[in-house]
Amino acid sequence: MANSDPLKCDVLVIGGGMAGMAAALFTANRGLSTVQVGMTSEIVFASGLLDLMGVHPIKEKKVWQDPWTAIDSVVGDLPYHPYAHLTKNNIKASFVEVLSFLEKEGLAYCREENHNSRMINPLGKAKVTYCVPKSMWSGVEALGKKPPCLIAGFRGLGDFSARQIVETLQMKWPNLRAAKIPFPDTSHVNELFTGDILAQSLELSVNRKKLVESLEKHVGDAEVIGLPAVLGMHHTDEIISELEEQMGVPVFEIPTPPVSVPGLRLNDAFIRGLSEKGVKHFPQSRVVKVGREKTEEFTAVIGHKPVQTIVLTKRIILASGRFWGRGLYADRHRIRETIFDLPVRQPENRDQWHADNLLDSAGHPVNLAGVEIDSLFRPLDNSGRPFFPTLFAAGSILAHNDWMRMKCGSGVAIASAYGAVKASLPLA
Amino acid sequence: MSDLETQVLIIGGGATGTGLARDLALRGVQCILVEKGELNAGASGGNHGLLHSGARYVSNDPVSAEECRLEANLLRQLAPQCIEDTGGLFVAVEGDDENFIADFPRLCAKCGIPIREISRHEALEKEPGISEKLIAAYLTEDGAIDPFKLSLENMAQAQSLGCGCLQHTKVNGFEMRKNRIEAVHVLDAESGRQKRIKVDQVVNASGVWAAEIAALANIPINMLYSKGSLLVTAHRLSHRVINRLRPPSDGDILVPGGTVSILGTTSVRIHSLDNVRPTIPEVDLIVDELAEIFPSLQEARYVRAYAGVRPLIQSQERNDDRAVSRGYAVLDHTHDGLENFTTITGGKLTTYRLMAEKTADLVCKKLGVSSPCLTLTEPFPSPRKGKWTEPGLSSRVWLKESAPRKPILCECEMISEDIIDHVVETMGEENETLSLKAVAARTRMGKGLCQGTVCGMRVAAHLYEQGILQRDQGLENIKAFLGERWKGERTVLWGEQLIQAGFKEALYCGLLDLEL
Repeated sequence: MANSDPLKCDVLVIGGGMAGMAAALFTANRGLSTVQVGMTSEIVFASGLLDLMGVHPIKEKKVWQDPWTAIDSVVGDLPYHPYAHLTKNNIKASFVEVLSFLEKEGLAYCREENHNSRMINPLGKAKVTYCVPKSMWSGVEALGKKPPCLIAGFRGLGDFSARQIVETLQMKWPNLRAAKIPFPDTSHVNELFTGDILAQSLELSVNRKKLVESLEKHVGDAEVIGLPAVLGMHHTDEIISELEEQMGVPVFEIPTPPVSVPGLRLNDAFIRGLSEKGVKHFPQSRVVKVGREKTEEFTAVIGHKPVQTIVLTKRIILASGRFWGRGLYADRHRIRETIFDLPVRQPENRDQWHADNLLDSAGHPVNLAGVEIDSLFRPLDNSGRPFFPTLFAAGSILAHNDWMRMKCGSGVAIASAYGAVKASLPLA
Repeated sequence: MSDLETQVLIIGGGATGTGLARDLALRGVQCILVEKGELNAGASGGNHGLLHSGARYVSNDPVSAEECRLEANLLRQLAPQCIEDTGGLFVAVEGDDENFIADFPRLCAKCGIPIREISRHEALEKEPGISEKLIAAYLTEDGAIDPFKLSLENMAQAQSLGCGCLQHTKVNGFEMRKNRIEAVHVLDAESGRQKRIKVDQVVNASGVWAAEIAALANIPINMLYSKGSLLVTAHRLSHRVINRLRPPSDGDILVPGGTVSILGTTSVRIHSLDNVRPTIPEVDLIVDELAEIFPSLQEARYVRAYAGVRPLIQSQERNDDRAVSRGYAVLDHTHDGLENFTTITGGKLTTYRLMAEKTADLVCKKLGVSSPCLTLTEPFPSPRKGKWTEPGLSSRVWLKESAPRKPILCECEMISEDIIDHVVETMGEENETLSLKAVAARTRMGKGLCQGTVCGMRVAAHLYEQGILQRDQGLENIKAFLGERWKGERTVLWGEQLIQAGFKEALYCGLLDLEL
């Protein structure tokens, strides 16, 4: 069905990942009519944890307790890092705005404002992060105090091994015990079923009752119980309260490898909440091309005929991601930005993209490639000037940010989206 | 130091060493094979998987060409389970050497190698991926062979006949008295213990390490090393082996490898055997050259690249009782003062059986054993050990299974839990140390599109649940497994494969903190 009338809006957000969702939230909260375009993004693979800043310099593997002094250090050493274009107050404000939105959508997060936290990850390591879903917070506390603890996995959820977690952590936490219990809903025998199926099953109280019965056989003297993060899709906090009441001890979720339920919950919360705020969302769509009119408006073509929409807007926030999101594309010789063909800062040739070792302590130079910006989050052209006065960029498409090694992915996404939106406002 | 004893000690567990073990065992000779890594750790594990018809060598090495023809025919009859009889197609495109093309049929006829010229139209019909610019096409009898399966099957039969096989066992000294090696000292890398093996005869079948081994006996061998790199595509692109019809060069050959295609190769002189890897210039060269005859290779998705090293013996003047061929060399070190030491090196995968036969003939003569060579007529027994290296087998087995299915641990290659359990069991029986990397070597785990992203986690989790991995061993195991995959991935990370690699790093570093 062709949509013949162009859609007009104050801002077009390109991208459905963390940066795109945050940008759409910030613009909607400020009364700007917003259209958002994106494919299912990396959020569904996310663990649910929100990192702010964890490791710097990455070569020294220095882990920081206080993310804010970490940011000071990063900005001092790496003046082109996206955080360098933001004040700490702005970064803080961006987090407050996103977290209060998520809380209203039923996805409460916990954190210590001036401190990183550690959460158990599926390998049994204590991962450094900043914001942790409420459903996982008792795990953060338990990791600190190390009381007798039961970690239980489900038969059939092959990505999550309670035994692996316990064996790895046990040296530092002797009172840890593992158990493997049958999944209460036995209609999926012998399959390796995914987390979201389990989570839906646990929305039913009959299955939760069986879960409690299984856990009771194993709980012993445990003072806290850890389970894979499949405790319901939309009523996790209530489900956990109910379990805690029945078991008499705190219960916490542990992140699983992708596709992860907390990631799905985040995605759902954003989509639902943004829709309620009037953001017009084109899911599973891409911007095919963007033109510029004499009126200094952008004309963006979304999707392909016969289902195609034209959007007219004065400002665009490009949060299209890296290779996974197709915001960047690499052929055998070079990396390009796929919508505007913006200059991409990159190593001279492919031989310099990756180190010889996967886990090279300096990381891979290709991860620092990306779009360069000015202090107003505007991508630069080849002469170092803003490509267009009302084109802004945010998120992982930005250069100078090895988020995977620095542990700052969500932080850069949220904070740079905030910076980009703020910069775009005076033009409203 | 504990003592073992045997008639023949074979040093090296590649195609030649394992082929020799089988040949000797079939002649009733007792032997032990020692391999410093795992079977096929050298060139036998890093080649094109090509069963040569010989057509490629008619212009520059007709002796090798004929040997290949004869051996390929033999292997097709005796070891069909290791071979896919794909047939071959030699193709020239506009700009290729027309004199060479004109000479080709005559040179093949001289070596007795059957070829059939086909029309341009028929060539394009048979292989739609061929370039429209083709100017000549000949069908040949080239095929694909699985070198892992081959060595595993050779060794399995040898072991069933009493041959010993010690992997992760490195030779570090010879005890010599007068003109004989009395015993060989080896180090068991896993236990850290030294062992002493009393021997009658010693065969150095260690491939590129032949000079290093011979040096332990104070025998100099002049070796040159030539690295060849190869690329693997995500999907199989041709039915047959496709070979450039021109004087043999780099980037000439596309070989089907079951569910994928393998492109190659290069020849780069190297001086060290440490850290041998494909390089990006080599990868780009191979793609550019082969894309001239098979254009879709420019846009194809590549999963990994690897490199093998060819040992080349510098020719020396010598009274010859070595098998004469420019391809391989059997060196009887009686001439160097050691009457029970023989080196066999060089050659091609296709002629491994012949090399083993020649070596076994010499060794048996020295032992006074007169049994004939049986590898000319004995078929390989039905497959056992090498089974799960066959591309696509896991998926076919999984699909056919009517019993309730076991969970899938490797989604790319459809490897289910019970296949992993079976491999682990087999390794236990053979006293092999269990690690993710070792399990992966016996299956196709990690060789698919995701290059270990999914299976790394799942198999590690499974091994913990089975009690095989303990404490924080999983971390080192995953690192080693992924590190191994990385060697192959690094040079082909663009397009889709770069996206996959980014996802993998996001999981293992971004979430799992594996690097910390």
